[in-house]
Amino acid sequence: MTTLNKNPLATGRQFTPASGKRRGQSDVKIALFFIAPAMIGFTLFYLVPTLRGIYLSFTEYSILGDPEWIGTANYQAIATDPLFWNALAVTSQYVLINIVLQTALALGLAILMHRVAKSTLIRGALLLPYLMANVIAALLWFWLLDYQIGIVNYFIDAFGFPKVAFFGSAEWAIPTQALINTWRHMGYTALLIFAGLQSIPSHLYEVANLDGASPMQTFWRITMPLLRPVLALVLIVTVIGSFQVFDTVAVTTQGGPVNASRVLQFYIYQKAFTESDFGYGSALAVILFAILAIVAFIQMKFLKGNDSDLD
Amino acid sequence: MNKKTIGALSAAAAAVLALSACGGGSSAESASGEINYWLWDANQLPAYNQCAEDFTKANPDITVKVTQRGWDDYWGTLTNGFVAGTAPDVFTNHLGKYPEFIKNKQLLSLDDAVEKDAIDTGAYNAGLADLWVGEDGKRYGLPKDWDTIALFYNSALATDAGVTAEQMADLDWNPQDGGTYEKTIAHLSVDKNGVRGDEAGFDKNNVDVYGLGLNGSGSGQGQTEWSYLTGTTGWTHTDKNPWGSHYNFDDPKFQESIDWFAGLVEKGFMPKLETTVGASMADTFAAGKSVINANGSWMIGQYTGYKDVSVGIAPTPVGENGKRSSMYNGLADSIYAGTKHPEAATKFVEYLGSTACQDVVASKAVVFPAITTSSDKAAEAFKAKGVDVSAFTAQVADDTTFLYPIADNAAKVDGIMKPAMDAVLSGNVPASSLTGANEQVNNLFK
Repeated sequence: MTTLNKNPLATGRQFTPASGKRRGQSDVKIALFFIAPAMIGFTLFYLVPTLRGIYLSFTEYSILGDPEWIGTANYQAIATDPLFWNALAVTSQYVLINIVLQTALALGLAILMHRVAKSTLIRGALLLPYLMANVIAALLWFWLLDYQIGIVNYFIDAFGFPKVAFFGSAEWAIPTQALINTWRHMGYTALLIFAGLQSIPSHLYEVANLDGASPMQTFWRITMPLLRPVLALVLIVTVIGSFQVFDTVAVTTQGGPVNASRVLQFYIYQKAFTESDFGYGSALAVILFAILAIVAFIQMKFLKGNDSDLD
Repeated sequence: MNKKTIGALSAAAAAVLALSACGGGSSAESASGEINYWLWDANQLPAYNQCAEDFTKANPDITVKVTQRGWDDYWGTLTNGFVAGTAPDVFTNHLGKYPEFIKNKQLLSLDDAVEKDAIDTGAYNAGLADLWVGEDGKRYGLPKDWDTIALFYNSALATDAGVTAEQMADLDWNPQDGGTYEKTIAHLSVDKNGVRGDEAGFDKNNVDVYGLGLNGSGSGQGQTEWSYLTGTTGWTHTDKNPWGSHYNFDDPKFQESIDWFAGLVEKGFMPKLETTVGASMADTFAAGKSVINANGSWMIGQYTGYKDVSVGIAPTPVGENGKRSSMYNGLADSIYAGTKHPEAATKFVEYLGSTACQDVVASKAVVFPAITTSSDKAAEAFKAKGVDVSAFTAQVADDTTFLYPIADNAAKVDGIMKPAMDAVLSGNVPASSLTGANEQVNNLFK
C-alpha cells in the first residue's frame, strides 16, 4: 500500500524541474486561470476583510458613520476590560472541556469503528448529530434541558434528585454547552481519526501480534505514534473551531447568567452588532485571531504535524 | 465546528461599508409605489394587515407590504437594513431604540407633514406625542399605541388561598417589609407538602407554586419586573426624562427596593433567576407554577388566551406615597430616512396615526391605541371579550404613570446593567453593588 502510494509522488518530483522549462510562459496563463476562482474568493472574502478588520480595530466606528482613527486606544481599553479577561477565561474553560472530551470520545469511537463496527449503517449513524445545524442542535438541547418543562429535568426530578438549571446556573452554563457541542462533533472527529487509523499498515499489527504485544501496548506503541499527524490536524481544526463557539451561546444563554457564558466570540458580537462599537469589536477579533494563530503554531510545533513516522 | 473567522466578521463590516453608499437616494415624486412596513408583535399583524388594505383602497397608487419579525431579530435586521439601504420605509419604533437612530440620522422628521396636513397631536393620550420629539426638537414618529403594567393573577389559585379580587385590587407595598403585597405573595406560595409561605415549616427549597413569577432581572429598565415598585418611592431612572444624561442606580431608595425584590427569591416566594432561562414566565403561569405575574398590557391576549386558566387582572400595589405607579411606554411609527417613497410613506404613517386605523386596531382588542377615543374603544372591545382592563387604564386615568427612560447609549447601558442586575437577582451580590455599575453607565455620557 505505502509503496504504491509513494510512487506517483516520487515520479512527479523527478519530472517537474525538467518539464517546467519546456512548458514555458504559456502555462502561467492556464495556471492563473485555474487559480483565479480560489484567489478571487480568498482575496474578496478573507484577505480584504481581514486587512479591513485590522484597520477598523484602530478606529472608532459605529457602522452608520465613518471610521475615526484613534490609534491603539481600543487595545489599551481591552487590556483593562474585565469582561475581555472574563471572556478569555470562559472561552478557555469551554475549549478545555470540549476538546478533552471530544477527542477522547472520538478516538474511542474511531477505534470501535475500525475494529468492531464495520457496518456502514452504524458508522454513518455516528455522523448523524453532525448533520444537524449548530443552532438546531443548541435549541433541541435547550428544550430537552429546560428547567421548567425539559424532559431531562423531569426524569431527574422523578428519580428524586434536585432539578438542574443547565443553562441558568453559572456553574453549568459552559459545561452544558461544551457537552452539547461535544455530542454534535464527536462523530465527525471520529470519522477523521478513523481515516487516520485506516492509513496505518495492517502488517504492523500482525507483527506486533506475533511478538506477543498486548492490545494496550499495540495502542500506545503503534496506533498512537502513527496516528499523530492526523491527531495533530484534528486537534488544530477542533481547537480553532472550539475557540470560536458562538451560535450555541447566542441561541441559549446569550452570555448569561451574569457573565458566565460570555465567550469571546459572543462578546465581539455584542460589542459590534448590539452596541454598534465596531472598532472595539474588530480589536477583540484581531486579538482572537492572534491567539488562534499562536495556538495553532504551538500545536504544529509540539505535535510535529508536518512529519509522519510511517517513512 | 463553526468556521466563522475574523474574516467573516470583518467581511460583514466591509460589505456593509460597500453597501452603505447605496442607501438614501430619494427622488421627488408623487405619493405612489410599494412601501414596506415592519412590526414585531405577531398579535397585531391581522390589525395592521387590515389597515394596510384599507389604506390601499383609499390610495390605489400605493401598496403596502406588511412584514412581521420577532423582537429578537427585529432590531438587528433593521440596523442591517439601515446600513445596506434596504430598511423598510415605515417601521414600528421603540423609545429605547430611537435615540440612536436619530443620532445616526436614520429617521425622517415628520414636522413638515404634521404642519401641512394639520395632524392634531392633542388627539393622542397626553404625553405620548411628545415622547417622539428628539433632543433636536424635531418629531420622529406618530404614536400608535401605549402600554402600562398590572398584575395578572391565577384567580382559581387565589380563591383557593382565600384571597379575594377586592384584596388583590387593594394591595400596598413598601421597600422595608413589602406591605400587604409581600404578605399576599407569601400566602400564595405553596411548597411541595402544601405548606403556605406564611405558615410555619414552609420549605423554601422545595416550592411547588411561587407567589410571584419572575421574567428576568429587568436589566436597567425593570419595565415589568420592578419599575412599578421603584416608581412609588419617587425614584426615577435618570436625572430627567426624556434625554437624561445621568442614571440613578446608586440611589439608596432604589437599592433598598431591589434588595427587597431579590429577597423574595431567598424567601422562596419567587423562582430563582437561573430557572427563568428558557420557558417564559407566562407559560409557567399557565402551568400553575406561579400565581401573580406583573406584566405589560401587550400580554393581555396571551394571559387570557390560555385554556382552562382563570385569570384576574389587578392594579399594581399602592406605595408609601399612597399612589400606584407604572411605566408608561408608547410605540410609534417612524419613517426611514433612506426611503425611496417619502411621500407615500408619510401618507401611510399619517394613516396609521389616524382614528381610521387605530379604531381597527382597537376592534381587535390586542393593544391600547394611542388616540384617546380609539383607546376607549379598545377597552370596550376587551370588555366584550370578557376582559376587564381597568387595572391598566386606571394608571393613565389617575396620572400615576412615568415615562419609559429615553436616553442615549441605550444598548451600552443595557450591556452593563443586564449582568449587574442579573448578579443581584441571583443573590450573588447585594444591590449596593449597583453603585459600581451606575458609575460605568454614567461614564458613557461623559
